[in-house]
Amino acid sequence: MAATNKKYSKPVYLVDGNRTPFLKARGRPGPFKHADLGIYAARSLLLRMPFAATEFDEVIFGSTMPGPDEANIARIVALRLGCGDQVPAYTVHRNCASGMQALDNAAMSIASGRSDLVLAGGIEAMSQAPLLFHPKMVNWLADWWGAKSIGQKFKVLGGFSPRLLAPVIALLKGLTDPVVGLNMGQTAEQIAYRFGITRDQMDQFALESHLKLHQAQQDNELPEVVPVFDSRGKVYHLDDGVRPDSTLEKLAKLRPAFDKPYGLVTPGNSAQITDGAAALVMASEAAVKKHDLPILARLVSTEWAALSPAEMGLGPAHAIAPLLKSQRLKVSDIDYWEINEAFAAQVLAVLAALNDKDYCKQQLGLRSAVGEIPLERLNIHGGGVSLGHPVGASGARIVLHLAKVLQQKNASTGVASLCIGGGQGGAMLIERSTS
Amino acid sequence: MSETIVDWQSHSDDDGILWLTLDQQDTDTNVLSISVLEQLDSLLDEINNKPPTAIIFRSGKAKGFIAGADINEFLEVTSTQEALIMIKRGQTLFSRIESLPCPTVALIEGFCMGGGTELALACDYRVALDDAGTRIGLPEVKLGIHPAYGGLVRATSMINPLQSLEIMLSGRALTASAARAIGLVDKAQPKRQIERAARNVALTPPDRQSMPFIGKVLSLPGIRNLLAGYMKKQVAKKAPRQHYPAPYAILDVWASFYGNDKRMMEEEANSVARLIQGSKVRSLIRVFFLQTRLKGLGDKKSFNPSHVHVIGAGTMGGDIAAWCALRGFNVTLQDREAKYLSNAFKRAQQLFGKRLKTTRERNAALDRLIPDIDGDGVARADVVIEAIFEDIDAKHAIYKDIEPRMKPGAVLATNTSSIPLETLATVLKEPDRLVGIHFFNPVAMMPLVEIVRTASSSEETVEHAIAFTQHIGKLPLPVKSSPGFLVNRILMPYLVEAFTLYDEGVAPEAIDKAATDFGMPMGPVELADTVGLDICQSVAQNLSAAYGIGLPEALNRFVNSKQLGKKSGRGFYNYDKGKPVKDKDADLGDQKTIQNRLVFRLLNEAAACLKEGIVTDKDLLDAGIIFGTGFAPFRGGPMHHSLQEGVESLVATMSDYETKFGERFHPAEGWSLVTE
Repeated sequence: MAATNKKYSKPVYLVDGNRTPFLKARGRPGPFKHADLGIYAARSLLLRMPFAATEFDEVIFGSTMPGPDEANIARIVALRLGCGDQVPAYTVHRNCASGMQALDNAAMSIASGRSDLVLAGGIEAMSQAPLLFHPKMVNWLADWWGAKSIGQKFKVLGGFSPRLLAPVIALLKGLTDPVVGLNMGQTAEQIAYRFGITRDQMDQFALESHLKLHQAQQDNELPEVVPVFDSRGKVYHLDDGVRPDSTLEKLAKLRPAFDKPYGLVTPGNSAQITDGAAALVMASEAAVKKHDLPILARLVSTEWAALSPAEMGLGPAHAIAPLLKSQRLKVSDIDYWEINEAFAAQVLAVLAALNDKDYCKQQLGLRSAVGEIPLERLNIHGGGVSLGHPVGASGARIVLHLAKVLQQKNASTGVASLCIGGGQGGAMLIERSTS
Repeated sequence: MSETIVDWQSHSDDDGILWLTLDQQDTDTNVLSISVLEQLDSLLDEINNKPPTAIIFRSGKAKGFIAGADINEFLEVTSTQEALIMIKRGQTLFSRIESLPCPTVALIEGFCMGGGTELALACDYRVALDDAGTRIGLPEVKLGIHPAYGGLVRATSMINPLQSLEIMLSGRALTASAARAIGLVDKAQPKRQIERAARNVALTPPDRQSMPFIGKVLSLPGIRNLLAGYMKKQVAKKAPRQHYPAPYAILDVWASFYGNDKRMMEEEANSVARLIQGSKVRSLIRVFFLQTRLKGLGDKKSFNPSHVHVIGAGTMGGDIAAWCALRGFNVTLQDREAKYLSNAFKRAQQLFGKRLKTTRERNAALDRLIPDIDGDGVARADVVIEAIFEDIDAKHAIYKDIEPRMKPGAVLATNTSSIPLETLATVLKEPDRLVGIHFFNPVAMMPLVEIVRTASSSEETVEHAIAFTQHIGKLPLPVKSSPGFLVNRILMPYLVEAFTLYDEGVAPEAIDKAATDFGMPMGPVELADTVGLDICQSVAQNLSAAYGIGLPEALNRFVNSKQLGKKSGRGFYNYDKGKPVKDKDADLGDQKTIQNRLVFRLLNEAAACLKEGIVTDKDLLDAGIIFGTGFAPFRGGPMHHSLQEGVESLVATMSDYETKFGERFHPAEGWSLVTE
């Protein structure tokens, strides 16, 4: 039976973390494979640690579509990082929350006493998503290879049609819900409709996301970002999807991408397809003492919730409400929020839902509305719309950045949350001792 | 004549296979000494009386199969006749192996070189271990000779001549899988399968390796001559015939006698008997021994670094970092901002692409090379190498910052070439941990590294710096801290003389030709252009302050007008796609005098360095100049060369030059030490 207060049963510390810049996919495979990104994120982090890579008890990464030669990518990253043969590693998959799931698994492992020191994070190189053969083509190939005689070969050849060569884009498959048949953009349209979110509101939110990220880059408020170098030595050290020159007028000109032609959700107010990775060191109290580790934050509790896949974007509302309830916190107790921006419409719908008495009563089983999350405390350095949403990495990124924000602002309490394709939500509460 | 058999062990297994294991007494490396061959001869007498089902040759050593012939025995040969007897004895023995009635297999694990490869080629089959340590080659050309135990004949009759000749001309060693690809070995197998593979081949012999069709075509009489002619032209670009006759001899023997094995075998023997008598072979063997000496300096086991931190990602720092990562070290590379690391990462990946065959290996090397703007690697490093621009204050600031963060016992090294280490050490709390590890450009190509010690460097620091250099596969040369150390110091007067000649109106083509005719890999003018005239100028200024070497006008003029050599497309020469445009009709002037003026300056400075004890002895001096500058290896180094020429007459001519050309040719005091 779960502990009634739903806290991790022993202290779980977030020691430090790094991430790569999030690099916008430009219509072709980007310069880095999944594992390369994971290694860049973790290597410089490990340099700062007073212990050796071999001293981890386990390595856990979230990733939704690592390459065909990257099965159990966490193990590949662990080995290539120099963790040695003897550190076990596994990969977790909870769609858009895979990175947060990795942190939760690490936290549970530490809380249970199984591990003291865990490397956890998330990795996604969406630009590397493969083109697949259509199943009909796969069948044709099987017939071809199976044909023994020349006659049989000719027969199989006769069944060939160029249409068989049309590829299946794995990325699009991954971003379409197989149960309700809606793609992720359409689920955002769905909840925008439900809460009456307007195109202007979405575009305004998107614009601010870009401006906030740009400002943060100018002010050096993303210290967790480490530079990466491609095969020609070109350096990438900033999230490159940011558009400081974005305006409402420009955004207003974009056409709907999912519900054509009448929809409201456009590429401009949706998260970008990007490549990126984040890595965090997590530790038990014993490990903190043993290695004299700094503490960035403490992971207090994590909540997972599920809802209709057609309204997956409201997932954060479903996770945040019980999280606050179990921890006896009000919205006003939370200093900073990171809610992943899959879509501007989706974040706005979450805020609306949490502030909607009827929704909270009927859907979340509460007596009153959860409350209004102030925009000036939400995603203060931008989010998925401006810096992208490399699916498996985002969950780790928002928790890491939230901890950095608490540190920068000398604040104590933060909630990171995201919506999850397939109709789920996740939320994590972190705390920090203020100085 | 039955030898006592001590180096070979024979053992028959249940299948009737006779395992002949070479495990030479009192050494950890097998070589084919006369005694080893004679013992094998006796064994073959017994075997011929009662042949086994099959024979497998293998080594009893952990390190390798057979490293080659016994080079020391070469040096004892005093006449062509004697050499011929020695060669023929080997040929006869290997032919006996070839004509044994049972299948023969060479099981090759680890190094297999020269005579070892020839023995393997005399077997019916070769099975090699497919691992990182196995290397198979015919490197005789590096000692100025070529295979003569039938190796030239057998290699060119089995393998496509493009490939068999290439490995003999370059002396390049192959991995098992590369050897398999060209047909030099029949099987390349991992350790877990190798014995089974050898046994299987021995018991159920497959078809023997035969020449591929294209190879047969290329070996046809007319085509053969054309191909040999073409290959000679290729060789001439790197090794002129007058200095390096061996590769030409390979091509001549092949082109003239291929197809008639018996005759070719005789000519192969005659050719090497002729070559071995020249002084060049002796000098090259000397170079080999000098290399062995440098490789043996220090105690590699005394220091086992795993992490290197390099500060400064310029060409030198970046290339040093990449080299260390290539050699298996974890490397952190620090510079002020990410953009300064760009070029280093680009060059590193070019290096890995060139040196490493698989994507997996390249990824692994790249994984080991970590960008480190914040310098976090300092605290983890066993060796910290500072390779920033030559500025005392900047270096001092770095040392003050990093010293408190360094691990106890970690080595602090500087790659400076012009700032005295004593000056750099003043800001250190523990000045005894500072040592110079001076690399040469381009790092990947230059085998030598100067290990610079000061009066305050601790014995341990120097030992560790030497051990580190061994670990990264470079040759350490311990030198005293003194302006220019050894290599730049000796090179500079030679370069300055070239500039002086230029100022006097001598064509750069004439200057360079005199030097390359002497045996230098590149003329001094082209060398200066390649290094960069600004860099030459700064080194020259530094050294002229210390040694009063005059600075020629030409250099300053070029630098002032931003003509910096190859990198700016214009220097002493104009450059077209990175190649100097040379005037074929340039007036060559008095080549002998030009050559003497260049070489005397170098030799004289070498004598001065000996006197000052920059290195501890003549051999190290020769080693440093050969491996640090490429000084004509077949001349055995400046000291060896001077002794060969006769020091007395050399000094006399130099005095003569002093009257003619000036005081700079005044014979150094060190000459009396050279003859000691």
